This record gives sequence, structure tokens and C-alpha cells, in this order.
Amino acid sequence: MLRYTLKRLFQTVIVLFGVTLVTFIMVNVVPGDPAAVMLQKKADEATIERIRDQMGLNDPLPAQYLRFVKNAVTGDFGNSYFQKKPVITLIAKAFSITGSLAVWVLLFSVLLGVMMGTLAAVCHGKLADRLIMLVSTLGMAAPSFWIAIVLQLIFGLTLKWLPISGLRQPTAYIMPSVSLGLIYAASIARLTRTNILDAMNQDYIRTARAKGVGEFSVVMKHAFKNAAIPILTYLGTLIKSVLGGSVLVETIFSINGLGKLLVEAIMKRDIPIIQGCTVYIASIFVLCNLLIDLVYGLIDPRIRVANARKE
Amino acid sequence: MAKHKKSPEQVEYTSFYHDAFVRLKKDKVAMVCIVFILLLAFVAIFASFIAPYDQSYQDTAHVLSGPSAEHWLGTDEFGRDILSRIIYGSRISLSVGLVAEAIAVTIGVIAGAAAGYYGGIVDTVISRIIEIFASFPHILFAIVIMFVLGTGVMNVFIAIGFVGWTGVARMIRAQVLQLKEKEYVEAARAEGGTDLAIIFRHLIPNCLSTIIVIITMEIPSDIMYEASLSFLGLGVQPPEASWGEMISTARSYLRTNPTYSIFPGIALVLTVLAFNLVGDALRDALDPKLKNL
Repeated sequence: MLRYTLKRLFQTVIVLFGVTLVTFIMVNVVPGDPAAVMLQKKADEATIERIRDQMGLNDPLPAQYLRFVKNAVTGDFGNSYFQKKPVITLIAKAFSITGSLAVWVLLFSVLLGVMMGTLAAVCHGKLADRLIMLVSTLGMAAPSFWIAIVLQLIFGLTLKWLPISGLRQPTAYIMPSVSLGLIYAASIARLTRTNILDAMNQDYIRTARAKGVGEFSVVMKHAFKNAAIPILTYLGTLIKSVLGGSVLVETIFSINGLGKLLVEAIMKRDIPIIQGCTVYIASIFVLCNLLIDLVYGLIDPRIRVANARKE
Repeated sequence: MAKHKKSPEQVEYTSFYHDAFVRLKKDKVAMVCIVFILLLAFVAIFASFIAPYDQSYQDTAHVLSGPSAEHWLGTDEFGRDILSRIIYGSRISLSVGLVAEAIAVTIGVIAGAAAGYYGGIVDTVISRIIEIFASFPHILFAIVIMFVLGTGVMNVFIAIGFVGWTGVARMIRAQVLQLKEKEYVEAARAEGGTDLAIIFRHLIPNCLSTIIVIITMEIPSDIMYEASLSFLGLGVQPPEASWGEMISTARSYLRTNPTYSIFPGIALVLTVLAFNLVGDALRDALDPKLKNL
């Protein structure tokens, strides 16, 4: 286990370096002088040159990259050009908002998806199964931003039940979580259904039934446990997608989260924020994946053996 | 040597794809979706003949009107016909999948095949690069690429294509890893086939069904990403019509013309739905092994 953990840790560090490198290269190939952007073209050449020097933009790129990584490790992504605050402060504030939204989205999609998927598998071939599959097929085709607008139209403007923007009241979380979570709930429902159905065909289920275990127990204890592993795997991708998808939902519901911070920074060309957000979000995903893999290694010895052999 | 190898392979090939086609034809839902997609393609190609109005024609007497006899789906804030703009917008939604997948598949197949075939250090390096690029949420990565490239239709296609290559590379790598142990690869090597010849003549053609499945499964997400980018104002720019851009603009007129935001969304949902269902059916028909993907 130690060997596996160390190996995964080493890989993670390399990937994190790669993430900073890719981000750094991308924002640095953009035409336009950050110093000029920052001063909004009001300054004369001498001032721009002085600021460039101060910001270290006249150093060779590798030196700039090293400094970027060195600072990033300590969580320092520089200051925002326009808000004049440290990027990490802005990110921390925005992340607490996006994070709470993401938790609701995850809860909503996993609970709904697993419940519907299990129900569909139990009622395999019956009306309930078909209905759930139909709704999930539709759900997978509907973009979150459009669902959000439809929900706003119905529950916000027409019925006036829910607030159409912000996150001030607890009820304000409902529409953003549902619109973003629906597509994931749909895919989790399908994943759960397929895996439970697969598990139901296994010998150990037949054994359990032969022993006289009740049907409820067969599904929940035996089939579900085995179907849970692919769902757990999906969780990593899910976290990544939710962090990405929140960009759209935050824009629609005027939520000051990471996504909105990033999109606004892109519109204004606020490079430190763009760099910071990108590295931060990617790192969260990388670390979540590391955690999931390590948990797996603990649960399922086959995985760490297979990983150790790959070397 | 080529002759003697070609004929049995050819027989295998036609029969395999023929079988898949027969299986696909039995799937009624998929056939309906294929007809829908073909119809949509027809509408997109002949948009200028089919659309009742030009996409930028402004009927100033009817601004933000609801559905009527003159404007079936109503008009937008400039009095432009929404149906016509949806029809013109279908051009973008249909072409994004093709162009973006062409890019994603080209990079992904080469990277995946190289990683799978050469193994060792090449595999380690490519796999790590894939992992790095896959660490960014797709939509977010596309947004940052749009920042780098600037807005515009072609840049949207490039951004979405570049975001999608890691998925292709992973699947092709996995498949090549299995295929390279096959006898015909060994035979080709024994005959003195170079690595490149083996990869391009034997391994990649045998990955074709996987590639087709990936393309059809990825097209709907590409359509979604394009709509999302245009929705955020980072993709297709007005006055050019795109469904995402229309939904985004419609947001300001939810009270005055609520159906404005609904129709482009329905077009988007139906198109994505059709591609999703065809993708599922094709996957089942071409590769029963991938069924639980």
C-alpha cells in the first residue's frame, strides 16, 4: 500500500506541475501586454516599462514560470489587475460559494440518480423502468443553462416560488442545483441501473436468493454494493464536471462563484485571476482523483496490485 | 504479399460493417433519429431557401412578438424571425461536431496509438500528458482556449476539438494495447513491416469501429459545448445566429417574450437527443463489448 501511495503521490505532483505549465503557456501566448491591460492604455511608454519591470514581465519566460510555480505552491497567484486584491483571497471567497453549490449539486444528483437507477433496475422492463429511462435520456440531452432558464420562467417569474438570482436564502440553492445536477442525475441513474442489472446476473446473487435472502436485501446488500464501485469512479469525473458546469449556472443565477470570477476575468483579460482559477480548479480535480484512487486501493486490493505490476 | 493478405481481410470487413448495419436498421428509435438528423442537415444546407426570412432581416413592426402566422416562433429584440435564426443556427450546431471531432480524433488517435503501441517511456509520457490535459474541466478549458484564440466560429471549433482529444487518446490507447498482441500484427512485423506501417495499416483501421463510436458519442457534447460557449458570449458572435447565443440574448427578455428562450432550447435538446440515441445504437451495433460504457 505504501508503495502504491507513493507512486500515486509522485504522479500527482508531476500532473500538478503539468497543469501549471499548460496554464502558464496558454495565458502567455495571448497577444497583448499585461502591463498595458492593467494600466488600461492610459499610461505612457515609460510607465508601462516601469510596471513591466516591477511585474517581472521583462524576465525570460522560464524564469517567470519558475516564479509562478514557486508562488503557486504557497498559494500566491499575484494580485488581480483590476480589483487590486490577492488572487487567492478572491478565489477563496468564490470557492466557498461554488463549493457549497457543488455539494448541493452532488447530493442532488447522486441521491436522485442512485434512487432512480435502483428503482429502474428493480422494475426492469416494467413501466417505471421505461419512464425513468425516458426521462434520463431527455435529461442527458438538456443543457443546464437552458433548464435553468426554463426553471426561472416557471418557478421564478410565473409562480414566484423561488428567487431567480443570488444565493441569499436557502431556497435559492434549489434551482441552480437542479439545473446543473439533472444531467448528472440522469447519467448516474443509467450507470446505477446497468450495474445493478449486471450484478443481478451474477452467481452470488443466485446464491443469496437460494439461501432465502429477501429481495430487498438482495438488491440493497449484494447487488448495490458491487454496483457502487463504478459510481464511485464516476464521482471524480462528476466533481470535475460540476466545477466546470458551475460556470454557466453561476452566470445565469448571478452567483459570485469561481466560474463567474473566471468568465469575468477573461472578459477583462485579468491574467492573474485566469491563471489562478484554472490552476486551482484543475488541482482540486487532481487531488480528488488521488483521494478516490487511494480509497480504492484500500477497499480493493486488486487495484493496487495491478497498479504496482504496471511498472 | 499485399494481395494475398488483402482478400480475406476485405471479406471480414464488409461482413462486419454489414452486420452492424443490419443490427442498426432494426433499431426503430435510432432510425427515426437518423432521419431527423438527415432532415436537420438538409435544412442547414438549404437554410437560405427554407428559412422564411433572412437571419438578419428586421421586421421593426414586430419586435419581441410571440408566435404568430407571420412569424411562427415569434421575433427577437430586433424583430428578426426566431424560426429563421434557429434554422441558420443549425448550421453551426451541426458543423461543430464534424470539425471538432476531426481535430480531436486526429490528435487523439495519433497520441493513443503511439502510447499503446510503443509502451514504455513513450506511453508514460503520453499518458501523463493526457492526464494533465484531462485535469481541466472541459468547458473551463475551452473557455481558456477561447481566451487565447479570440472569439469566432472557427476558434470555437478548434477549442472544442482540442478539449476532446484526451478521451479519444485514452480509448485508442486501450484498444491498441489489446490489438498489438494479435497474430496479424506479429505477422506484419515478421514480414518486416515498419512500426508506422503497422500502426497505420493494421492497428488504426482495426480501431475504426471504436473511432466511429467515439465520434458519434462525442458529437452531442460538442454541440453542447458550442452552445455553452456562445451562451457565455465567448463563442459565435452576434449577428450570426447560434442557438446558445439566442438563448443567452433571450434571457434579457424573459418577461416580454418568454417563448424566445424556449424554442432555441428545444432545437438544441432535440438535436442532442437524436445524436445521443444514434450514438447509443451505433455503439451497440458496432461493438457489443462497449455496451456498458
